Amino acid sequence: MGIDPVNYKRKINISWLFNMAWRDSRKNRSRLFLFISAIVFGIAALVAIYSFRYNVQNDVNGQAATLIGADLSVSGNKPAEPKLKHTLDSLGDQRSTERSFASMAYFPKTKGTRLVQIRALQGDYPYYGTIETTPESAGTAFKKGQTALVDKTLMLQFGVNVGDSVRVGKELFLIAGTLNKAPGQSGAMAGIAPVVYIPMQYLEQTGLMKIGSRVNYTFYYKYNHKVDMDKLTKKLDPVLDKAGMNYETIEMRKENTGRAFGDLGRFLSLVGFIALLLGCVGVASAIHIYVREKIASIAIMRCLGVKASEAFLIYLIQIVGIGLIGSVVGAALGTAIQHLLPIVFKDFLPFTISVEISWLAIWQGILLGVIISILFALLPLISVRNISPLNTLRISFDEAGSKRDPMRWLVYLLIIGFVLGFTYLQLDSWLGSLFFTLGILIAFMILAAVAWLLMRVMKLIINNGWSYLWRQGFANLYRPNNQTLILMVSIGLSTAFICTLFFIQSILIAQVNLSNSGNQSNMILFDIQKSQKDAVADVTRKQGLPVLQQVPIVTVRLEQINGKTAADLVKDTTIKIPHGVFAYEYRVTFRDTLSASEKLLDGTWIGKAEAGKDIPVSVEANLQKRAHLKVGDKLVFNVQGVPMPAYVASIRKVNWGKVQTNFQVVFPTGVLEDAPQFQVLLTHVPSNKVSAKFQQAVVKQFPNISIIDLGLVLSILDELLSKISYVIRFMSAFSIITGIVVLIASVRISKYQRIQESVLLRTLGASRKQIFAITALEYLFLGSLSALTGILIAVAGTWFLAKYSFEIPYAVSFIPAFVLFLIITILTVIIGLLNSRGVLNKPPLEILRTNA
Amino acid sequence: METILNILNLSKTYQSAGRMLTVLNDINFNITEGSTNAIVGPSGSGKTTLLGLCAGLDRSSSGSVELNGINLGNLTEDQRAQVRNQYVGFIFQNFQLLPTLTALENVMVPLELRNEKNIKARALDLLDKVGLADRGHHYPSQLSGGEQQRVSLARAFSNAPKILFADEPTGNLDAETSEKVVKLIFDLNKEAGTTLVLVTHDLDLAAKTQRIIRIKGGKLISNEKTING
Ligand SMILES: Nc1ncnc2c1ncn2[C@@H]1O[C@H](COP(=O)(O)OP(=O)(O)O)[C@@H](O)[C@H]1O
Ligand SMILES: [Mg+2]
Repeated sequence: MGIDPVNYKRKINISWLFNMAWRDSRKNRSRLFLFISAIVFGIAALVAIYSFRYNVQNDVNGQAATLIGADLSVSGNKPAEPKLKHTLDSLGDQRSTERSFASMAYFPKTKGTRLVQIRALQGDYPYYGTIETTPESAGTAFKKGQTALVDKTLMLQFGVNVGDSVRVGKELFLIAGTLNKAPGQSGAMAGIAPVVYIPMQYLEQTGLMKIGSRVNYTFYYKYNHKVDMDKLTKKLDPVLDKAGMNYETIEMRKENTGRAFGDLGRFLSLVGFIALLLGCVGVASAIHIYVREKIASIAIMRCLGVKASEAFLIYLIQIVGIGLIGSVVGAALGTAIQHLLPIVFKDFLPFTISVEISWLAIWQGILLGVIISILFALLPLISVRNISPLNTLRISFDEAGSKRDPMRWLVYLLIIGFVLGFTYLQLDSWLGSLFFTLGILIAFMILAAVAWLLMRVMKLIINNGWSYLWRQGFANLYRPNNQTLILMVSIGLSTAFICTLFFIQSILIAQVNLSNSGNQSNMILFDIQKSQKDAVADVTRKQGLPVLQQVPIVTVRLEQINGKTAADLVKDTTIKIPHGVFAYEYRVTFRDTLSASEKLLDGTWIGKAEAGKDIPVSVEANLQKRAHLKVGDKLVFNVQGVPMPAYVASIRKVNWGKVQTNFQVVFPTGVLEDAPQFQVLLTHVPSNKVSAKFQQAVVKQFPNISIIDLGLVLSILDELLSKISYVIRFMSAFSIITGIVVLIASVRISKYQRIQESVLLRTLGASRKQIFAITALEYLFLGSLSALTGILIAVAGTWFLAKYSFEIPYAVSFIPAFVLFLIITILTVIIGLLNSRGVLNKPPLEILRTNA
Repeated sequence: METILNILNLSKTYQSAGRMLTVLNDINFNITEGSTNAIVGPSGSGKTTLLGLCAGLDRSSSGSVELNGINLGNLTEDQRAQVRNQYVGFIFQNFQLLPTLTALENVMVPLELRNEKNIKARALDLLDKVGLADRGHHYPSQLSGGEQQRVSLARAFSNAPKILFADEPTGNLDAETSEKVVKLIFDLNKEAGTTLVLVTHDLDLAAKTQRIIRIKGGKLISNEKTING
C-alpha cells in the first residue's frame, strides 16, 4: 500500500460544530441554566434603566417647551434699568412678567402660616402647557381679580379649600384654585417650596416689595413666527450678562434637563452594571467548573481528531447560545421592570414619564449580555485549547500549563478594557472610570489573595491531632478540585458590592438627618429690618421663647483676590480660583468674638477694625481651600456698591452640623454697622403648636419677616430621603438578587464536584451525619471568611467614596454589617447543605451512574 | 510487507517533583501493516506511555515515531489530530465514550469529522456488527461496560483506520464479557485488515496476536513472533 497524503487543511465544518455544541450541552442544561440566571438580573437592570433613560430623553425633548412655558425667559434678581427695560420690552410677540420671592402665607380660616414661594404673574404665561389647577379654569382666571392659586400640599396641610382666603403681606386673596403643578416644578420641589400665585397688579399693595427683599424678576416671551433663537440670544447675551441677568430657551432647557437626568441615568446604569458584573463572576465560575467537567469529553474528541480550535468553538457556541437566551430573558424582564421606574422616580421629575418599549435599550442589553458572557467565559474557556488527548489515558489536567498561556493575559486585558470602556460610557470621565475599574480589580485581587493564603495556611496547620471531621472539612478547602477561590471571589465580591451600597446609603441619609432635639435652635426668622430688631425679640420673649441668637447679615460680593478679578480668570487660565468664588453673593456678619462653634486654624482673630486701614476678615476653612487663600491675602469686597479693601486675618473651622448662623466670612466690628442689612433671629420652639402660635403672632405684626420652621423642613427632607433611599434600595435589589443567584450557582456547581467524593466517603462507611458535618464546616468557613473579607473591602471602599466622591464625613455602622455577615454566612451554609442533600439521601450507586 | 509504525530510539522522561523520571528508555521496533501485535509488561512498566507516543497523543523526549511514513515529531498537535482522525482508531480500558452523545452519535463522530456521506447508515451498520443495532439511541450511562466497549469498538472502526491502538481493552470487564469483546476485536480487525497494537498484561490475550513486544522498567526486553505469526 502506498502512503496517502494526510489532509491537514480540513475546513472547519460550522454546522457540525453547532450540532456538537447542541449534543454536548444535552445533559448539562441545568448547569448552563445556572449560568443564565447569573446574568439575567444584571441585564434586566440595565435594560430597564436604558429604557427609562431613553423614555426620559424623549419626554424631555417633547415636554421641554411646557417646562419653560415660553420661547424665551430672562431672569435676574434686580429690577431692570430703563435702557435694559426698553430692550426687554422689544422682545417677543407676547410678553409676561413674573416676580417671585419667599414670604409667609397666612390662612385666616385655620390660622396656619408657612414660608412659601410667592409668584406674582402678569400676562398670558404659560404659552406652552398650563398652570395645572383644580378647577381647570382657575389657572388663567385667577389673574382677573384679587385671587390666588395655592399649592395643593399647602391646602392640605392647613385644611383650606377653594373659596377660602390667604393673606400675603398686607393683602387678603381669595383662593381661586388648587395649584396641582406649576410649570417645570417637580413634586419634591413643591414639598420644599410650595408656590402661591397671585396677580401682579396686587403685588404693590402687599407691601412686600421693599428695598433689600430678595426678589427674582422673570420675563417670558412668546414668538408667533419662527425665530432663530441662537442668533437672537447671541446678540442678547452680552447685554444681559452685563446686567447680571440669565436667559433660557427651550433648547437650553432641553439640554439642561437632559443633562441633569443624564446624571441620574448614569448613576443608575452604574448600579445596574455592578449587578451585571456580579453576574459575570457567576458566569466565569460556572464556566470554569463546566470546563473542568468537560476535560474527559474534550480529550476524547481530541483523540478522535477534533482540532483544538474546533473544541474551543464547540464550547464557545454553547456559551453564546446560552448567553443569548439569558440576555433575551433579562431584556424581557427589564422591559417589564421598566414600568416600575416611573412610579419610583415620579416625585423627582418635573414632567410626566412615558413607558414605551425601547428596542434600542433591548438590543443594547442583549448585545451587552452576549459580549459579557463571552468575555467572562473566555477565561476558563481558552484552557479548552490546551486539553491534551492524553487525558483519555491518564487524567492529569495540567493547570500550570494553561496559566502560562499568553492568551490568558489577552483575555484579562480585554476584560479590564471592557469594564473601563463601559464605565466610561456611563460616567463620561476617564478618572472616575479608572478608579471604578481599579477598585473592582483591587477587591478581586484581595479576595484571590485571601483564598490563596487560606489554602496555604490550612495545608500547614492541619495535622493528625485534629478530629476527623475537622480535618476533612478544612482539607476540602485546599484539596484538588476545591471551590475556595471561586466561592471566595464570588461571595466576597457580592458582599462587598451590597455592603458598600448599604453603607453609602446610610451615610447619605445620616448626612441630612440633622438632630432636631434638645435646646438647639429649630426656627429661623429672617428678613428682619434693622428697625424691627428689638420689637421682634420682644415678641419672641413674650411668647416664652428664647432668643438664642440675633445676628446682622450683610450681602457682599468678592471682587478681587490679590488684585485678580473675575475678568482675569477668563483671560488667564492658570489662575486656580473657581469662577463661583466671584459670582457668589456672600452673606456675611460682623462681630468682635469667635462663636462657640468656631475654631481658629490659622492667623489671629481681630475683632475690631481700625479706621483707614484694610479690614481684617476671618475666612471659613472650606472657602479658604476652594479659593486657595492664605493668611495675609488681599481681598476687595463690594458691599452694596462700595468697594472695601480687606485682608485674610484668620482662618476658622466651623461646625456646620449645628443649626446656627454660620458664615463663610466674618467681618470685625466697626465697618458694616451702617451698611444695608437685615437681621436673623434664632429660637427654639418646643412643639408644633407653639410654633404655629408664634408664627401667627410674628406674621400678624411683621408681614415682611420670613420664618423657616426647621422641624417642618426636616420632616419634608425626611420624606424626600426615604423616597431616595427607596430608589437606592430598589436599584440595589438587583445586585442583591444577582449576588444570591451567583451564590447559589457557585455552591450548586461545586455540588457536582463534591458528589464523587461524598459517594466515595459513604462507600467507605462515613455516616450521613459525618458528611453533613464536613460539608457544613467547609461552607461555614468559606462563607464567613469571604463575607468578612467582602465587608472589609466595603468598609475601605466606602471610606474612599465618602472622602473623594461624595466628600462627606465617613462613618459606617457595624451592626447592619454584622447582620449582613450572618445572613451571607448562614445562606452559604444552607445552600451548601441543601445541595449536598441529594448526595446524602440517594444510594451511592445511583449517583455514580447518573453522573458518570 | 510494509512497515506502518516505526519506533526509533524512543525515550520519554517526566520531570516530577524536581526529579527526572525515565519512563521509556531507548525503545526500537517496527510494526508491519496488517499485523496484530501485543505490548506486554508489568504494571508501571511504561506500556500506556508507549502507546500514547505511538498514537501521537504525546511528544517523545527523544527518538522518533513514524506512523504510515509520517514523522509525528514534526507535526503540531492539530496536525496530529488530523492524522489520528484519518489513520488511527482507539480503544480504551475505560471505554471513553462521550457521555452526552448517544451510542449512535458516538460512532458517527469520526465520520462526521471527515465530512463523509451516509454517515448514519454506516454508523448503524457498525453498531449492528457489534450487536447493538437496537441500542443506538441509548446514552453510555444506560449501557453496561461490555456494551460500552462494543460501542467504542464500532467507533474505532468507523473511520476505517489503518492502525488500531487498544489500551487494556478488557481491563474493566468480567471474563465472559472480555471474551466476547476480544473476539469482536479480532474479527473486525481481520475483516478490515487493520493493524492492531494491543497493550495488555493478560498473557492469554497477548498470545492471540502474531507478535509480542515485552517491556519492563521502560526498556524493551524482547520482540518475538508468536505461533500465530
Ligand atoms: N505525567 C507523569 N508524570 C510523572 N510520571 C508519570 C507520568 N505519567 C506516567 N508516569 C509514570 O510512568 C510510569 C509508567 O506509567 P504507565 O505508562 O502508565 O505504565 P503502564 O501502563 O505500563 O502501567 C509509571 O511509573 C508512572 O508513575
Ligand atoms: Mg497502563
